[in-house]
Amino acid sequence: MIRLLNQDRGGQLLIGSLLLAIILVPILNALPDSSSLHVPTYSVSLLGKYLTLALLAVAVDLVWGYLGILTLGHAAFFALGGYAMGMYLMRQIGDRGVYGDPNLPDFMVFLNWQELPWFWQGFDQFWLAALMIMLVPGVLAFVFGYLAFRSRVSGVYLSIITQAMTYALMLAFYRNEMGFGGNNGLTDFKDILGFSLQSEQTKIALFIASAVALIVGYLLCRAITTSRAGKAVVAVRDGESRARFMGYRVENIKLWVFTFSAVLAGVAGALYVPQVGIINPNEFSPINSIEVVVWVAVGGRATLYGAVLGAILINYAKSYFTVELPDVWLFALGGLFVLVTLLLPRGVTGLLKRKEAK
Amino acid sequence: MLYQKLIKGLHWSIGCLLLVLATITQAGEAEFLAHEQALIKAKFEQKEHIMMAWYKADTQQAVQLMELMLASELYYQKKEKRLYRVTDARKGAVAARLSDGESVTIAKKRNFKRVSINNHLRALFRQYIARAGLTAVEPQQRIAAAEAIMGNTDPDLIATVTDLLAQETDAEVQAAFDLVLAVATLQSKDKDQQEAAIKTLGESLQPAALNALKQFLQTYSESDLAPLASQAVDRINGKIDFYNGVETLYFGLSLGSVLVLAGIGLAITFGVMGVINMAHGELIMIGAYTTYVIQQLMPNHIGWSLLVAVPAAFVVSGLVGILLERGVIRFLYGRPLETLLATFGISLILQQAVRSIFSPLNRSVETPAWMAGLIDINPLLSLTQSRMYIIAFCLLVFLLLLAIMKRTRLGLQVRAVSQNRNMARAMGVRSEWVDALTFGLGSGVAGIAGVALSQLTNVGPNMGQAYIIDSFMVVVFGGVGNLWGTLVAGLSLGVANKLLEPWAGAVLAKILVLIFIILFIQKRPRGLFPQRGRAAED
Amino acid sequence: MFNNRFLQCATLVAAVSASNLVLAADTIKVGVLHSLSGTMAISETTLKDTMLMLIEEQNKKGGLLGKQLEPVVVDPASNWPLFAEKARELIEKDEVAAIFGCWTSVSRKSILPVVEELDSVVFYPVQYEGEESSKNVFYTGAAPNQQAIPAVDYLMDELGVERWVLAGTDYVYPRTTNKILEAYLQDSGVAAEDIMINYTPFGHSDWQSIVSDIKKFGAEGKKTAVVSTINGDANVPFYKELGAQGISSADIPVVAFSVGEEELSGMDTGPLVGHLAAWNYFMSVDSEANDEFIDNWHAFIQDEDRVTNDPMEAHYIGFNMWVKAVEKAGTTAAPAVQDAIIGVSVPNLTGGLSSMMPNHHISKPVLIGEIQDDGQFEVVSSTDGLVVGDAWSDFLPGSKDLIADWRAPLSCGNYNVETGKCSGQNF
Repeated sequence: MIRLLNQDRGGQLLIGSLLLAIILVPILNALPDSSSLHVPTYSVSLLGKYLTLALLAVAVDLVWGYLGILTLGHAAFFALGGYAMGMYLMRQIGDRGVYGDPNLPDFMVFLNWQELPWFWQGFDQFWLAALMIMLVPGVLAFVFGYLAFRSRVSGVYLSIITQAMTYALMLAFYRNEMGFGGNNGLTDFKDILGFSLQSEQTKIALFIASAVALIVGYLLCRAITTSRAGKAVVAVRDGESRARFMGYRVENIKLWVFTFSAVLAGVAGALYVPQVGIINPNEFSPINSIEVVVWVAVGGRATLYGAVLGAILINYAKSYFTVELPDVWLFALGGLFVLVTLLLPRGVTGLLKRKEAK
Repeated sequence: MLYQKLIKGLHWSIGCLLLVLATITQAGEAEFLAHEQALIKAKFEQKEHIMMAWYKADTQQAVQLMELMLASELYYQKKEKRLYRVTDARKGAVAARLSDGESVTIAKKRNFKRVSINNHLRALFRQYIARAGLTAVEPQQRIAAAEAIMGNTDPDLIATVTDLLAQETDAEVQAAFDLVLAVATLQSKDKDQQEAAIKTLGESLQPAALNALKQFLQTYSESDLAPLASQAVDRINGKIDFYNGVETLYFGLSLGSVLVLAGIGLAITFGVMGVINMAHGELIMIGAYTTYVIQQLMPNHIGWSLLVAVPAAFVVSGLVGILLERGVIRFLYGRPLETLLATFGISLILQQAVRSIFSPLNRSVETPAWMAGLIDINPLLSLTQSRMYIIAFCLLVFLLLLAIMKRTRLGLQVRAVSQNRNMARAMGVRSEWVDALTFGLGSGVAGIAGVALSQLTNVGPNMGQAYIIDSFMVVVFGGVGNLWGTLVAGLSLGVANKLLEPWAGAVLAKILVLIFIILFIQKRPRGLFPQRGRAAED
Repeated sequence: MFNNRFLQCATLVAAVSASNLVLAADTIKVGVLHSLSGTMAISETTLKDTMLMLIEEQNKKGGLLGKQLEPVVVDPASNWPLFAEKARELIEKDEVAAIFGCWTSVSRKSILPVVEELDSVVFYPVQYEGEESSKNVFYTGAAPNQQAIPAVDYLMDELGVERWVLAGTDYVYPRTTNKILEAYLQDSGVAAEDIMINYTPFGHSDWQSIVSDIKKFGAEGKKTAVVSTINGDANVPFYKELGAQGISSADIPVVAFSVGEEELSGMDTGPLVGHLAAWNYFMSVDSEANDEFIDNWHAFIQDEDRVTNDPMEAHYIGFNMWVKAVEKAGTTAAPAVQDAIIGVSVPNLTGGLSSMMPNHHISKPVLIGEIQDDGQFEVVSSTDGLVVGDAWSDFLPGSKDLIADWRAPLSCGNYNVETGKCSGQNF
């Protein structure tokens, strides 16, 4: 781990502050309300949510920053992971749903379904759900990538078909016949692994899980990018034909990195869902995928820790502006995107680095 | 469609209204007064009886009142309880008393109350107006009347039609009357007459004819004529299938032309210039809002407003486009993916700007009369006129754009700059100026698309979002940088969508089309018409 | 350098936690949770303004319990998880006494676990699919039996409709409503082949094929009507296509449950005259309370052309009920208000009194209106008395045994009378 973070001051700082947060946040949360340092549970969940989004941003940065593939469909993997988790949480409700049916989730009773569809079978087991959280996005990314990279689809064409993929999935999940709750999605979760989602301890545990996932995800990405294969990855980005002529199996490298990134996004989605309490097809919307790319760009592409910074900064800004400037916050957000692109082509971390260079 | 024909008659008869009302005063003043008072007091259920009685007593007069009610122009003065014709219920407008034609200025809007009707009465009045139209001067009106009463087997009415048919000279009207009689005689006991009727109906494409035949088959399934009737039904069904196919194709083309219109501006800004313009949808939106503003500026000339809106939207969206290019995009050439981020930000700003200026509510854009209406090919197939205009408009825009790109100096320079910027500059092309104009052109075309879309869908802050993804799909599917590709891609995606829709449903059809695009791009990674040459290599 | 960066991180964490430093001023806070951006802004912005107006008026009357009311407006941006986040923020951080908000069912479902966990009070002002009764939510919009069934009765009895097209956007509200209507129509003797059901995605814009199908469906000799649960933005292109294909209200009337005055203000209503809508309120209703409400609204929004609509009335009723319940309880504490509000009656805008029922739904009249060319509705029919909102429909197999009654001793939103069990409580 130490070796991975050599010459990665941003990464050191990130891991350091995440570890600090894991220790500090539960302590600060335990302080009495009156204390000025008290962190309310509400903020803990919010921070946890930011961390899962940051993990998604890291996954996107891995393929965009290092692989050079501008993916406009990563939210799809995030949402699929989220749905797999959501299905597990739905099954955990058991007979505590409004209709009291021990097997069927409420929305199925509501649509007069008699039995659980095959793809819902087994989701009451956490291990299966956990497997699916990684398997479903991974397999989709593998198949999609296999087709796309083999036929050397690249550039904007690739971006647009990733967008088509997430758009098609969004439309599909909106359909009530699909059996995923249609527009309302999955909600009203109660327990995870037997712990009530409403309890403060669970919330803090989820926060810590998100932080750990981010640390592990970050290190894995870092490991990939600093390995020999990682150097090849960058070579693919900067000159695909040359890398190919040098004998690298460009398609394979791309495919495995892309698949890994999708798995990472799936895990992020799975941690996101219990913290926000709902998963619905809107998460597939192409705009969401574009937004993730914007976070990465604002933070600074191809740095990994920049992606984390960008995700947290913008989401915090969103939470803040939607309360303070509800009528005009889109002006601020839109303006921010334009200014960052124009003035900070290497993102916020680029700005910090420049300062450091002086 | 029937209604529109009747409306034409309506204008004519309102023109004669005052003339006729003069006769009221001489003929049956007392009678008119009685009807008038009853009508003013009546509730919905009673209005039917009153108007039927009136129709029996004085058909012409009753029909005119019905027409006024249908046009929401019949009012009564609350205090004096007399009927008025009010075309414009505002303070200071003129109201004309029906009984003597005297004009009164409306002092207080609340003094006049509309004689309201409901849907039931509306349908009934149209029937009766149509019936009265059997003896109208215009053959078109007589045909409309015949279509309206088709299926009615009221013996009095059939007798009237039989008499009228004897005197009728117009062949088309004769055919329509024949059909009315055939539907009625199908129920008679006479085998020969029935057979003749089946033959007549079998030739017709009127839905009423098919319904009559089907009903015949149900009630007389044992009859010797049943095979003949079922043959006739099969023949009609065959024709229905054929015309349904034609209709689906037409729907597909019109959806396709909407896609082309939405995408063609992007084919320039994205295809030719390489700017991933996420604000494209908002440029369309600006065009649509321009249409709205133009209609607000010239409320009395809605017919002309669209013609004014086309150049206006081109200029407004084009200027916004040039502003964007000069202000933001020119700093980002060579970094296409970053144009995506900047233009995404711009799209958020433009949406919110529209929300702040025009409110988040949708705006109402009127459809001018010349765009409304149907082109009746036959009773089974009628094509919507507005869609026809949009298909034609789409082709026109496409050809103009093609001409600009292929035939003009600007087009030459645009192509030169997009293929090799440095070389073009070396040849003396002012590439900056060309960039600005090209982006302006693409944006302007998006604005024009907005004018067309304002006729079909919402004009609101979200409208751009609805078209941006489809636009990108069309351009990419067609092959970036190729205008023909955009045209072919748009039209074929539209038709494919509509062909799939009947059996897959609207959502699944769209999903299938998306999957098809994804797979197609795997097969041909650069779209339908890939760009050749050096520029394609990066 | 390190310090510098650490500071940035620290300020971020501090800013998040600074939330609870807000000092408790001597006001009663009221949360307004309506989307001001994104796809739902089109409908919800008006409701935010309505709430601001109602609060301002209440303050002019001297506030509540001697304190001024203070609105806290946030923007959940049509983003469903954000609704839950903002609801939590309003309750935990701003400590609002009640929340007035949401439009879509999914946004309500999203905040539901939060408001149940934190035991708050929410007023939901939009017509919805029913099948829910939460301890913490008060449903002031119409349940299906307060809108759909009376409308279908009207079409059947008054217009003699025999063939039905149930067209809706593919989400829970249309699905449930259509399911209820299908059962109801079949009970009334309509044959299965005389019912056509069609679902389209959100924002569907190309209606050519569907309208053409409707036209053919209606050309088979029987009087046909469309019952539309088409949502929001898809309505404009739908009605435009009806007009373009020459279908007038006299041929095939359309009765809509999601089209009100506000939606009409964005449409060219000329070709729509005679199509219908069913609501509990129309702006054209003649009553003193309504005249006053419209005058206030115009004065508040400073635009004489703005219309009023049914969800606005629902907020009007809901807000006044809450005020009355708080006065009755003498406190804004949620449990006390929840108890006090049941049975509270306040004037509605159609000249009657609406009451909060034990199932947290309210009683309202049902009105059927026809669209006029000025964008208003003319009432053509109204129920004789008030209709009580049904939380659980009698026409759905899963819910016909369920009842909701939040009074002691039952205190349950989904009590199964067959099994005697109360399920699905989050507390």
